[in-house]
Amino acid sequence: MSSPFVRGLKCRMCGQAYPASPINFCTEDFGPLEVDYDYDAIAEAVSRGKIEARYNNMWRFQEFLPLDGEPTVGKQSGGTPLIRADRLASELGVENLWIKNDAVNFPTLSFKDRVVAVALSKAREFGLTTVGCASTGNLANSVAANAAAAGLESYIFVPYDLEPAKILATSIYGAKVIGVKGTYDEVNRLCTQVAFKYGWGFVNVNLRPYYAEGSKTFGFEIAEQLGWRTPRHVVCPMAGGSLIGKIDKAFKELHKVGLIDAPNCKFYGAQASGCGPISTAVKNGWESHRPVRKPNTIAKSLAIGDPADGYFAAKLIRESGGWAEDVSDAEIAAGMYLLGRTEGIFAETAGGVTVAVARKLLEQGRIDRDEEIVLCITGNGLKTQEAVAGLLERPMVIGPKLEEFIPLVENVREPALV
Amino acid sequence: MTIKIQIPTPMRQHADGKTTVEVAGATVQAALADLSAKYPAIAERVFKDGKVRQFINVYLNNEDIRYLDSLATPVKDGDELAIIPAVAGG
Repeated sequence: MSSPFVRGLKCRMCGQAYPASPINFCTEDFGPLEVDYDYDAIAEAVSRGKIEARYNNMWRFQEFLPLDGEPTVGKQSGGTPLIRADRLASELGVENLWIKNDAVNFPTLSFKDRVVAVALSKAREFGLTTVGCASTGNLANSVAANAAAAGLESYIFVPYDLEPAKILATSIYGAKVIGVKGTYDEVNRLCTQVAFKYGWGFVNVNLRPYYAEGSKTFGFEIAEQLGWRTPRHVVCPMAGGSLIGKIDKAFKELHKVGLIDAPNCKFYGAQASGCGPISTAVKNGWESHRPVRKPNTIAKSLAIGDPADGYFAAKLIRESGGWAEDVSDAEIAAGMYLLGRTEGIFAETAGGVTVAVARKLLEQGRIDRDEEIVLCITGNGLKTQEAVAGLLERPMVIGPKLEEFIPLVENVREPALV
Repeated sequence: MTIKIQIPTPMRQHADGKTTVEVAGATVQAALADLSAKYPAIAERVFKDGKVRQFINVYLNNEDIRYLDSLATPVKDGDELAIIPAVAGG
């Protein structure tokens, strides 16, 4: 039984059609393959009421996802909060600010749970029993956890110098973790070779067309949570550059099937200065990025020097009228702290990048302070504590006596980054 | 002077099913040109207007040639080239 909404795969460059199978690129021109939907069939099948009546998770948008049957992996992923961020708005000097918070996604606290849910459900439909990924950490956690729950064998390839918490939170799920002495891009190349040699399901290699579709649910949820409409500005972190494009795709698909009015949204990409191939391309007006050989940033989850979707991300940013910026490690840490102390959200370094870039774009006048903005928070700060550990002041230590506390209250320091 | 070129799985049908092909040439460009002469069907897929297509990366002994001297990078006997699809990761 195949999905009534999916026609197969199609090359994003030349349009060549392929039947649904575990393949990620066109054999004619190597362009990326994308799922080809029958939007008329989707339009007939969905309505706001039907979607709203379903459980609050990403699968309430299942007609827009490329599975033939019901999901079997990651059935509870998505459905994360969209938070009205008035205290951060006031610090940034804007009127209307929202945070889409995937730092609390299930089961592994990042937006990657969405893509993995689709990729591994699809892997099972293809009859694959061994899966894997190349990862900067969040994807490693999610593939390992979801594969464990689904009873799939997993091989997880990461740069060997990743944050210890991210490696630990992969090994705990019984995954075979391979630390590779090299950059993410080198890990990625190795995985391309491994995936095709062994015929395994690598979520971001041969399962990538399905995997990438999971990110759309981040965008679907933003639109539904805003009351079935889209914001004027979206600020999104970029590593491979896929998510920002899938949010745009989600908004356009909702419009195409008649669930929302035409989107009028500008997209802004956020990167770290130590690895900003896409922001550099946008700022210089280049059509595509130039790869960064040796990324150097505390935002390791964004440290992809040769982003697979760099070309598409830069194009979207340019055509939507948005912009891209990058920020230093110090600005990233300050961004994490600002988000924590204003909104009570502990985001990972990538969240610090997004907040700091949003601040920079506002200061540059690139984003109008009166207009509605959504910030995309994609991962949890508990995974990257090292990034701010040395920067936060130590607690004030006293004996368990009231008379030691009283003088402290008089002279207590305002918390700050040291 | 022999350079080995690793052929990606989906292109092996255009190279008599071979995993690697031995070619000659003094630069990456010359080596790929020799491959193209042997297997024209591969040439069509790897090159467009004389350039390596956007979503293909070429590696010389495991280093991306864009970090070397791109197609002009010199090669020597025993070097290995790999043609690898770029659409992965993220």
